[in-house]
Amino acid sequence: MAKIKFKLNGEIKELDTDPSRRLLDVLRDDFNLTGPKEGCGEGECGACAVLMNKEIVNSCSVPLANVLNKEIITIEGFSKTKRYQVIKDSFAKAGGVQCGFCTPGMIIATESLLNKNPHPNEFEIKIGLSGNLCRCTGYNLIIEAVKLAAEAGEGLW
Amino acid sequence: MKDISISINKVDNEDKCSGKAKYVADYKLEGMLYAFTVRSQIAKGEILKIEYPELPNGYYVVDYKDVPGKNIVKVIYEDMPVFTTGKITYLYEPISLIIGPEKQVLNDLLKQVKITYKEEEPVFEWTDSVVHYHFDKGLGEKAFQGLEKVEYDYKTSYQEQAYIETQGFIGYPEKDKVTLLGSIQCPYYVKNAVVQALGEKEDNVRVIQATVGGAFGGKEEYPSLIGCQLAVAVKKIKKPIQLIFEREEDMLVTTKRHPSRVHFEGYVLDNKIHGLKAVVGIDGGANIGLSGVVLSRALIACTGAYKIDNLDISGDVFRTNTVPNGAFRGFGAPQMFFAVEMFFEHVAKKLGIDPLEFKLNHLAKQNDFTSTMGIFRDPVLMPEMITKVIETSDYLNKRKEYEKSEFKGVGMSLFFHGCGFTGSGEQNHIKAKVKLKKDKDKVYILIAAVDMGQGVKTSFRKLVSHILEIDIERVIFDNPDTDFVPDSGPTVASRTMMIVGGIVARAAKEMKDRFDEESFVVEKQYVQPEYIKYDEATFKGDAYPAYSWGVNVVEVEVDKDTYQVSIKKTWSVYDIGKAIDERIVMGQADGGLAQGLAYGYLEVMEHKQGKIMQKNMTDYIIPTAMDMCPMETYLFDNPYAFGPYGAKGVGELSLIGGAPAVAMAIEQAIKRRVFKIPVTPEYIMELINNGEN
Repeated sequence: MAKIKFKLNGEIKELDTDPSRRLLDVLRDDFNLTGPKEGCGEGECGACAVLMNKEIVNSCSVPLANVLNKEIITIEGFSKTKRYQVIKDSFAKAGGVQCGFCTPGMIIATESLLNKNPHPNEFEIKIGLSGNLCRCTGYNLIIEAVKLAAEAGEGLW
Repeated sequence: MKDISISINKVDNEDKCSGKAKYVADYKLEGMLYAFTVRSQIAKGEILKIEYPELPNGYYVVDYKDVPGKNIVKVIYEDMPVFTTGKITYLYEPISLIIGPEKQVLNDLLKQVKITYKEEEPVFEWTDSVVHYHFDKGLGEKAFQGLEKVEYDYKTSYQEQAYIETQGFIGYPEKDKVTLLGSIQCPYYVKNAVVQALGEKEDNVRVIQATVGGAFGGKEEYPSLIGCQLAVAVKKIKKPIQLIFEREEDMLVTTKRHPSRVHFEGYVLDNKIHGLKAVVGIDGGANIGLSGVVLSRALIACTGAYKIDNLDISGDVFRTNTVPNGAFRGFGAPQMFFAVEMFFEHVAKKLGIDPLEFKLNHLAKQNDFTSTMGIFRDPVLMPEMITKVIETSDYLNKRKEYEKSEFKGVGMSLFFHGCGFTGSGEQNHIKAKVKLKKDKDKVYILIAAVDMGQGVKTSFRKLVSHILEIDIERVIFDNPDTDFVPDSGPTVASRTMMIVGGIVARAAKEMKDRFDEESFVVEKQYVQPEYIKYDEATFKGDAYPAYSWGVNVVEVEVDKDTYQVSIKKTWSVYDIGKAIDERIVMGQADGGLAQGLAYGYLEVMEHKQGKIMQKNMTDYIIPTAMDMCPMETYLFDNPYAFGPYGAKGVGELSLIGGAPAVAMAIEQAIKRRVFKIPVTPEYIMELINNGEN
């Protein structure tokens, strides 16, 4: 057991727990944040993606110890932002949402990408999304959504 | 009024984007236990003894002895036990559930289970035929005499659905009821199976759909197995229990696309195939289940998009000691269309004719007989669709140019999909019922259709609001719950919009006539179009009420050193009758083609001694954003009289042409004939070293 303090969706949290627990389990079980999904459990699919200090990480592969003093934003936290609204509207417009299981992760990946590169070209978008698997769309509609978000969100990133 | 095809925002975008949508793993019930599955470690034999470790308080084992009803999972062919009684027919066959409150403890307990077996020699060869079909058309093989014979063999491998959300249920008791909440395509398949396994009254089983994170056929019949297991456990323990697979378990034990082998003999005169003999085999795995139906869809598609007058067609489902295979988007058609498209290509090359010209000379037209002596009743727009794809892709010039260059190629596939169940399945087996309920200013759609990403929640609300000419917000469509919705049939076979949507549209029209009444219910049942007469035993008659058609062109480059294939671009034209929402259909078109392309060159799954070798998303490669290319897609309207606004089937069509188109493109790029999929770099190397041009 260890005391772990971190910022979660804007609030300071302190847990006294096993530091080897997966961040994904802590988010889902301790904080009931079920937006991050478990798709593969080994860091391949990106359905569990969250932002750690603004960078995308697969929360299934992050032991809680690594979160000490970091800032974690899940889709639940991110969905309260203006940037989210722009990305969400772009996903809707492009038709980037089908079963939805990968969608929170894809939106986190989009935020992480645009935060670093507000005007990505198609190749950069593909790299930015390459850690997130989607089995429904064939990706083009999601790539289109990211392009739309970059245009519509001019100045936000 | 606005054209129905004009897209609207999907009704579930908001919940799915924000993470609010609840999938089965997102539900937590008070006092919920977890279930882990004890599985066989051999592929064939008999269990002599099982020794369970001592169970701590609050932990349980549930096995076949706890099944109060029939220990057989109710599916089309009933040969799968809920829990084995001792006979083992494939590796990791379920034996029992261990259930309790702590996952870690369950994991430890699972490792301590000792099973003693009497092992038998497992069968992996395709020798044990458990389903055999044969049919003729025209003069059958009598027509073959004296004609030139051209023969080739084709093979396809497994494909894994790889839905991003794994299989799972939560079960809980409600008074006398057992209720299951799950990631499923077919609420009533699960309900009917559980009713049989529990030997319960229908009222005592309730099945509710959670938001489904992808299915693609993988959640058609498999959930009936684990739903029964969990229901038995809930009945015994009387507590809420969660049974959700981890990825590895899901990939090792759930149903996959049947591997296939197709032997074709074409009998040719004057550059035309007058007779076709096909001998088809599919690997059913350890249980028959849906395999017979998969085989029949494959056999019916044996002539591809073409007309051949004389047929001698036979096929077998082989039972092997491997994981049972089952439903996967396309359901036998992707295997057969790969084989038949390659065969036409290869016969044309052998005869020294341009393959496209050869294919156009055989193309089926309106009023032609189908392979089963049914009739293509509706206009067939393929010539116009092919013209469109040629124009947009510059196919003819590319085809010519790449003949002279190396490692570049372009391929074109022509295909159809029979919409809905094969034959009289709707009428005889499904008997779909729907209800529309008006309650003051709201209208409720009560059907069992599942939105697994394909957008039925949006398209059905749109359909009803369009007919009633009311705002879509006034039309409610919740996830199906068998306590409230009638059995409108399973969400499979590209039937949902065409068949269920057709009935819903009839109900909505009746509702519109009475719309001034405050509260009432309209119930409607499926009525088979009178022209559909099909004999399942002889394969004679109209196998499908309607056909959706497609053309794909795929352009590839093959790396000359690594033989890695990269797809440069695709062009597609589809006739799906009428799009109920164009953006939704385009999403289906892209996603289906992505799966079909990957089936053709990327996705490798195989078993060794009955063990699936690809057990996670690292081993089993599905496309990432990096693998995808631009896709240009066009829809041709061709309204079907019995579909709502003319809609035909959409879901499966777009998967079917991908594999043959990419295989033909690779064939041109490497100047070697391709006979199997996936066309991996290893296979390309083998072809370059030893293949024929």
